[in-house]
Amino acid sequence: MPLLEVKNLSVSFDTPRGELQAVRDVSFSLGEGEILAIAGESGCGKSVLCKAITRLLPDTARIKGGSVTIDGLTLSSLPERKVQKLRGKLFSMVFQDAMSALNPSLSIGAQIAGAVRVHSPRMKRAAVRARVLELLGLVGIGRAADMYALYPHNLSGGQRQRVVTAVALASGPRLLFADEPTTALDAGLQTQILDLLRDIRQSLGTSTVLISHDLGAVARAADRVAVMYAGKIVEIGTAEDIFYDPRHPYTWSLLLSLPSRAERGRQLRAIAGTPPTLIDPPAGDAFAPRNPWALEIDYEQAPPMFRVTDTHSAATWLLDPRAPKITPPFGGEGHA
Amino acid sequence: MPEILLDVRSLTHRYAITGKSTLTALDGVTFQIRRGEIFGLVGQSGSGKSTAARCIMNLLRPTGGKLLYKGVDLLDPKQRRANRKMLQTTRQLIFQDSGSSLNPRMTLAEIITEPMAIHRVKSPRGSMRAEAELRAKSVGLSPSCLDRFPPELSGGQRQRAAIARALCMEPELLIADEPVASLDVSVQAQILNLFRHLQERHGFSLLFIAHDMSAVRWLCSRVGVLCRGRLVEAAPVPELFENPLHPCTRALLSSVPLPDPRRERERQLEHFDADTLPSAGTLYEASPDHFVLKED
Repeated sequence: MPLLEVKNLSVSFDTPRGELQAVRDVSFSLGEGEILAIAGESGCGKSVLCKAITRLLPDTARIKGGSVTIDGLTLSSLPERKVQKLRGKLFSMVFQDAMSALNPSLSIGAQIAGAVRVHSPRMKRAAVRARVLELLGLVGIGRAADMYALYPHNLSGGQRQRVVTAVALASGPRLLFADEPTTALDAGLQTQILDLLRDIRQSLGTSTVLISHDLGAVARAADRVAVMYAGKIVEIGTAEDIFYDPRHPYTWSLLLSLPSRAERGRQLRAIAGTPPTLIDPPAGDAFAPRNPWALEIDYEQAPPMFRVTDTHSAATWLLDPRAPKITPPFGGEGHA
Repeated sequence: MPEILLDVRSLTHRYAITGKSTLTALDGVTFQIRRGEIFGLVGQSGSGKSTAARCIMNLLRPTGGKLLYKGVDLLDPKQRRANRKMLQTTRQLIFQDSGSSLNPRMTLAEIITEPMAIHRVKSPRGSMRAEAELRAKSVGLSPSCLDRFPPELSGGQRQRAAIARALCMEPELLIADEPVASLDVSVQAQILNLFRHLQERHGFSLLFIAHDMSAVRWLCSRVGVLCRGRLVEAAPVPELFENPLHPCTRALLSSVPLPDPRRERERQLEHFDADTLPSAGTLYEASPDHFVLKED
């Protein structure tokens, strides 16, 4: 049984201009010890999806339907009081901006200790301290005893992100949500934090949902990848499926737009236009207006998920047996 | 060899922190920007890239060194006064965060033509409105955006407006400080294409500050690597990427993420401890046009 199962989840915001459908009918599952990346442009609903699962949405949001099951518990039907108890124990969250996630006037040791004590109020002082030092070691902060009394502003960006990760791990969650944990860091530190997520999985068996718009980061850390566009998952598969044999035109476009794929002296293949507004999203495939491979039916009817292999599916009419044959820009084993 | 537009010589800047302690953000940085080239300045965060941009724009007064722009000494108040108009119009800066560098209470049309209004330049197009429309078109903004305010627009549209504003004075030196760092991948590609297209059309020199090495590789002709305030290597782009000599450059290159899981998982980070940088060093030419910092 998968650790996390999301079925047909839909989330809307009530805005003065109408209903904004931020997440539309999203289903996926996550196994024990697996790292799943959710990738897509900003505004595609990645963060809202994550907050809907952890029940951290603001009051203006409405979960319209679907269910979230973590470890056999149907989270979506539990009252907030019970969910509060599970936060931290069963799942916790690593936030994007470490500087604003940490309290500037408390030492990092005290902040991690706070997170430990919330979940084990009876723990002795010495035991709490030992646990904090253990956590600091776990997230790769050396000389933990010396670092204990330092404040967030004494640390570098990468170290702060490690501390935020230690806070999230304080109560031994089985599932970690990391919302753009590396976006504010430069490339070398990014790599280190992504490797940290993999190390944590190795040593603790924690499952991770990694939210990122950076495909390089996704390639380094994820076992499986879900690509989101306009509130929907348009393609999901193993990292190998998505990077070596992508099937959805949106995934193609994302990969083609990277400068690392481009030759010097050639134009970058940018995706024309902008994502659609999710107030009254267009009928049919939301990506169709920006999609050079769009078929006529894409403008009328939204494609269902087509199965490519057991691990891989994509929502594009190009996979329908009746679709005209096109030459995809990717494909074939070992393609790089 | 084309004419040198900007000559930066042993530029040093120290920020005062408290009392007597200072932070050396730039330490003897020397490089030249030639007319019509795209020069990339790369380095980890905190290596002094933005400080260099601010010194070149006279937004900061450097502690030491020399800055020569078209033969004018940028640090000499007399020469600066004598050439004020030329210096203000032909050097332009684009900031990283277009959300905070565009006035939220001005329409895009006003923003784009504001430099012309400040310098009382008459638009050859007849009216400021016509000028704004033309400029907007040249950076791929639809004329319907012109009556809107920055917060109503997307990050990509705002960055286009910032570029249009910088270009309306027809600058000879454009400095772009991490212009795509806050944008989505697909929009990054649009803006990078735009920079190259505009550079080819207008022929300005561009100082492109970035930490994304793959963007620099694609866009720039030459590149300089900053490390803890020191310029450790400068070379033409193909040369630097194929034959990086300084360990700091190699560390930077080893950190470039690849959209390829198998290669990505094998990629090893090379570590470079900035404390091992020699306290004194000079650039020497390892091969034609390829300079590396070497201990004295």
